[in-house]
Amino acid sequence: MKIVFIIIRKEFKQIFRNKAMIPIIFVLPLLQLVILSNAATYEVKDIQVAYIDHDNSISSRLLIEHIKGSSYFLAPIHFETSRQAEEVILKDKVDMVLEIPGDFEKNIINSQHPQIALRINAIDGATAGVQNVYIQQIVMHFNKNIQLKNKTLNTFNQSFSKTESIASFWYNRNLNYKTLMVPGILVLIITMLTIFLSSMNIVREKEIGTLEQINVTPIKKWQFIVGKLFPFWVIGLLLLSVGLLISKLIFNIPMLGSIFLIYGYTSLYLLVILGMGLFISNFTDTQQQAMFIAWFFVVIFILMSGLFTPVESMPTWAKIFTEFNPVAYFVEMMRMVMLKGSNFQDASRLIIKTFIYAVIMNSLAVWSYRKKI
Amino acid sequence: MKKFIGFVQKEFYHIFRDKRSLFILFGMPIAQILLFGFAISNEINNVDIAVLNKADDKNSIEIIENLQASKYFNVLEELQSEKEIEKAFQKGKIKAVVTFEKDFAKNLQRLQASKLQIITDATNPNIANTITNYINSILTKYSHISLKQNTSPELVGTESRMLFNPALESVYMFVPGVMTVILMLVSAMMTSISITREKEVGSMEILLVSPLKPITVIVGKVVPYIFLSIINATVIVLLSVFVFQMPIVGSLSWLALESILFIITSLSLGILISTLSSTQQTAMMISLMGLMLPTILLSGFIFPIESMPLPLQVISNIIPAKWFIIILKSIMLKGVGFGFFWKETLILLFMTFVFLSISIKKYKIRLA
Amino acid sequence: METTIKATNLTKSFGDFTAVDKLNFEVEKGEIFGFLGANGAGKTTAMKMLIGISKPSAGDAVVAGYQVSNQAELVKKNIGYMSQKFALYDDLNIKENIQFFGGIYGLDSKSIEVKYNRVVENLGLQDYAKQLVRSLPLGWKQKLAFSVALLHQPKIVFLDEPTGGVDPVTRRQFWELIYEAANQGTTIFVTTHYMDEAEYCDRISIMVEGEIKALDTPKVLKKEFGVSSLNDVFLKLAR
Repeated sequence: MKIVFIIIRKEFKQIFRNKAMIPIIFVLPLLQLVILSNAATYEVKDIQVAYIDHDNSISSRLLIEHIKGSSYFLAPIHFETSRQAEEVILKDKVDMVLEIPGDFEKNIINSQHPQIALRINAIDGATAGVQNVYIQQIVMHFNKNIQLKNKTLNTFNQSFSKTESIASFWYNRNLNYKTLMVPGILVLIITMLTIFLSSMNIVREKEIGTLEQINVTPIKKWQFIVGKLFPFWVIGLLLLSVGLLISKLIFNIPMLGSIFLIYGYTSLYLLVILGMGLFISNFTDTQQQAMFIAWFFVVIFILMSGLFTPVESMPTWAKIFTEFNPVAYFVEMMRMVMLKGSNFQDASRLIIKTFIYAVIMNSLAVWSYRKKI
Repeated sequence: MKKFIGFVQKEFYHIFRDKRSLFILFGMPIAQILLFGFAISNEINNVDIAVLNKADDKNSIEIIENLQASKYFNVLEELQSEKEIEKAFQKGKIKAVVTFEKDFAKNLQRLQASKLQIITDATNPNIANTITNYINSILTKYSHISLKQNTSPELVGTESRMLFNPALESVYMFVPGVMTVILMLVSAMMTSISITREKEVGSMEILLVSPLKPITVIVGKVVPYIFLSIINATVIVLLSVFVFQMPIVGSLSWLALESILFIITSLSLGILISTLSSTQQTAMMISLMGLMLPTILLSGFIFPIESMPLPLQVISNIIPAKWFIIILKSIMLKGVGFGFFWKETLILLFMTFVFLSISIKKYKIRLA
Repeated sequence: METTIKATNLTKSFGDFTAVDKLNFEVEKGEIFGFLGANGAGKTTAMKMLIGISKPSAGDAVVAGYQVSNQAELVKKNIGYMSQKFALYDDLNIKENIQFFGGIYGLDSKSIEVKYNRVVENLGLQDYAKQLVRSLPLGWKQKLAFSVALLHQPKIVFLDEPTGGVDPVTRRQFWELIYEAANQGTTIFVTTHYMDEAEYCDRISIMVEGEIKALDTPKVLKKEFGVSSLNDVFLKLAR
């Protein structure tokens, strides 16, 4: 035990000695948490419409007023020709072009059902879909208002039987993206920092040549590994603590469940990540190789964690893959415990999976670390 | 010049000798683009939901059947009481609960409006919103067909055309993003590591006392990586065209030129990082911890920049990836000419210039 | 005399290539044993087997009373090692390195303190005690590494080209340290490329292509080959 302590002391000294690393370990991640949590939002707002009005009537102007009045839209910009409007959509200055046909008003009165032409920049398909829905809602609203004005049309339609739905959004009434992103990004930075540091660690000693020196000492495998990983485990938990504090104080993210469960789970999770880092470190010859491999897995783990894009949108094989993605576990865990107040039993499935993962990764790590050549 | 070629040759030897890194260098981008191209999208399918049916009558059962029949939902469980809702969410299996009031069908006949409630787990607002919209549209359809509800003919209709991406494919959005992230990180990381490595091992000093000029040394180290990155970029473009059916509407030569420009920008960022760090460890941590999340989040790769708060929109301007993604989309999807992306090109050129001049200045200070 | 190293048919092969071929030799307590050979002759491979980080393909060796084939960890406890690559942590200072390496050999903090003071005094490093090892001149680094290898009073110290790149004065001082340790009964097993250093050894062996081609005191070897310097002995054998 004493030997483990000696290794730990040495590791901490080395970490804190490298002055360039301290800001990278402690400041950079937290700064990113504060800043980037704001960036991740799918909310669609400030939609910019360009319009061409071939009718120039009261009705067409009323429609534009409707758009202007919506909180999702900016004030539409008027263009004379559709060529001009198309050019601005190509330049990404506007999101959609709306073209009101001639005889718009006349056709409304005659019940000719005039069609408004919409062209939406759909490179970001999801956003375009939402924008389309919003503009449709405005047109529907416009229709209703016209109907109310023209009492000419009977209103008996509205008394037809229909189902009404009431939507209620639990755990996040205002659909605030930060509620999702702050715990999620915290997970990402804890994972990135610990896996990069641990996967670089042993291979670094290999490269410098000190590992050979260590190998001729009577240090036992487990002492060395525990001694090496413990400091990163502490750093991970430290980062979690500051991150939770930030999420409470700056973002006011709720903590419905038990904070001890979060700490307990993170302790376990860090073992998975550190074991993985160590395995990479043992398996590679240079820090460069170790970093590439760690980077490869981290990018995959992050993009497929269900944080930025929903797991529900993935094809089946990819869903199966997320069953083996520890970052997905942790993201899910944070969401459950912090935001929904899930308890140990609710989360037992995740905890068991993480535990098994930890056992496997660390066995691999111990197995792959050889004191002999 | 001959010296320079010899030096570049040496760098190539270094790279090709390390088979494992080489494999990673080429294998990883391919694996990633395939994985993400197929797996990442925004469309939501097959969401597990639960129902709480207090009515258990003809209409409510029909609606549940409709939900189950749609490709969006999978009715996983039937709850018995309101109390179970909370537990079901906490277990994390389901994303929404649809509840029907008692006398659902009767109210439908008598009051002509009966209520059902859509409760969503809004810890992910995006999913919650989408689910609500999907359920609503299923309800509307049900009302139309089953209840023979006669909706008033719309006075004004709309005819929407989705430009550049008619089928609203997520791939169109993600392929340029993934390409950018891969090129950015691989180029910046590779150069920063390979230069600091020489520093750490001590061979940098040997190179600097040699008759080669410092600038030659740096350029020589970078040239092989330009080639490697170009190969990577080509492979990614080929995959996106032949595997993901991405169109390349615009000019291929512009695509190539702009890609090379972006690679050089990333490499010069790598050089800059290497001047700031004395160990490989520091260089790697800066290029990974410092670049990965901002490149993913602030470049418009996944999240639209227009939706971000203003300060972040301003910050996003210093992310080279943002500009390259705009250029890529302009060329590949919109098919516009240089007139539409000269500004972005200038910005990338300017960034490259800034990165390089700071680096050269730093090196000079060290040598003085 | 007590034998501290005894190799019997010690062999290491990698596939078809036999790097070390049936070595047989003994080294006695307190002896300075020079292990010579051209680059690639198999010196380092042989040494790695003796210090317990490489398993012999055949044969065995008893080092400090333990077999390297299956008691490697016990061997490690009783030997010191200094590699040709400087292998102290250069981002730690002298004291921290001594604390670390002393600690992992199980020394208590009191005796570490005593040893530390002795090392600093012996090497005259008082002014450098608080500096990172990185900033020490190479010669002092080597002397420090040697002292660290001796911290736990091992029975044998293995030195792998300890004086590479060091000036003649420092080399001379380094060998004084070696003599001091040998006088106190520590066996020294040293590889070198410097023939003047080989002259300082009690006995030397010369390896050629994985085999020991000569083994005796420098004096006897010179006589046997009828030449006036060890350098000529070496050249004759290597050819």
